[in-house]
Amino acid sequence: MTEQPMVRFENVSKRYGTLTVLDGLDLEIKRGEKVSVIGPSGSGKTTVLRMLMTLETINDGVIWVEGEPLTHMQRNGKLVPADINHIRKIRAKIGMVFQSFNLFPHMTAMANCIEAPITVLGMKRADAEARAADLLEMVGLGQKKGHYPSQLSGGQQQRVAIARALAMRPKIMLFDEVTSALDPELVGEVLEVIRKLGREHDLTMLMVTHQMGFAKEFSDRVCFFHAGKICEQGPPKELFGAPKNERTQQFLRAVLEAG
Amino acid sequence: MIWDWAFAFEILPVLGRAAIVTIEATLLGFVIAALLGLVLAVVRIAVPRTGWTISVLVELIRSTPLLIQIFFLYFVLPKFGIVLDAFTAGVLAIGIHYAAYCSEVYRAGFDNIHRGQWEASIALNLSSWTTFKDIIIPQAIPPIVPALGNYLVALFKETPLLSAIAVLELMQTAKIIGSETFRYTEPITLVGLFFLAMSLVSAALIRSLEGVLNRRAMR
Repeated sequence: MTEQPMVRFENVSKRYGTLTVLDGLDLEIKRGEKVSVIGPSGSGKTTVLRMLMTLETINDGVIWVEGEPLTHMQRNGKLVPADINHIRKIRAKIGMVFQSFNLFPHMTAMANCIEAPITVLGMKRADAEARAADLLEMVGLGQKKGHYPSQLSGGQQQRVAIARALAMRPKIMLFDEVTSALDPELVGEVLEVIRKLGREHDLTMLMVTHQMGFAKEFSDRVCFFHAGKICEQGPPKELFGAPKNERTQQFLRAVLEAG
Repeated sequence: MIWDWAFAFEILPVLGRAAIVTIEATLLGFVIAALLGLVLAVVRIAVPRTGWTISVLVELIRSTPLLIQIFFLYFVLPKFGIVLDAFTAGVLAIGIHYAAYCSEVYRAGFDNIHRGQWEASIALNLSSWTTFKDIIIPQAIPPIVPALGNYLVALFKETPLLSAIAVLELMQTAKIIGSETFRYTEPITLVGLFFLAMSLVSAALIRSLEGVLNRRAMR
């Protein structure tokens, strides 16, 4: 028997009124796999992450995490829409980093990182603080524990956000255009942290990005989305080096020309 | 001379005791208003299907005079077997009336919280209780303190309505003094001055509280 995929989208669709954002998506991500999602805006790529984080409901299909349904639950051998307790149980395996950081502005970097471990995982404050201190150290912000988000640069805020997500010990990390809101000179420090995380073989990572260079160097697989479907996917060398699909070619040409 | 200083000083202790009742009614009423208003606003968000019911309730309360609500609790509820003494009925009516206004203020406060704060809370798997308690409310309250403070002062100035059901607060006491002595000038003037002074003092307090909260939010 092959190992369960970490994440499996099974015929998942998402519609807003008459607008179909995702159309029958099938996607499997293996444990430890690093997958980048690229594509033009409006192609549904961010929606994939938001559905997996349960920030959006889905209209059709099932999302599975480690062989268990996330959007549904088993009842009498049938799949029924999941209740909040079931969602929270499965969702605990997933962490997310946002384009706009979304740190809690009224809490210090440290407080941001211990809030969920204490209130959700029931960790003791001292243990949570020790772990948060390690994580902040790991993202290079060991000296900024007592700072509030407003006292940090965008790149530093985003690194706190990464530490905050990791504090919950997720198996899957989602990165939603995490460098798009940053000044160009701050992009590198955030990518450096993600690179570091990539060396953890057990952590499954799924990122939506406009950083083609980073996607090429970092990912095991790249998915090109267009109009709510995966248009083409493959190892970065193939997809960037010799794209087969005409839309992929067009997109890459446009992106590369823009620099 | 119209104004009699000796008489004014004579009634001052009586009015002073009544002022305590007025302040008690104000503070109790406002505690009810602030807490019940918060509950209404939170329930409306946490249980979306209650939204319509709460809207109707709030509109009903805001669109009928407070005096009618006071009479309702004091004179009509006993017909249904719920008998409240005048002070309790009055304070409850004032509290519920202003809760309707406060709930709209809280709602505005919640609406101002960026969607990303809710989404980060979901991504960290916080419970809705924790999300409200630790994330949303601490950010939503400071900006609405001035609006809540205005309602505190407004509520305070409406407590004379309690004289309609004979609660021995300031206004009722002044009326009694007037009817016993046939002198209204001093008691009514003194009551007016008391309200003026208290309103100014609370406005100043709210301003300084606002300053403290702003400084904390600026960190």
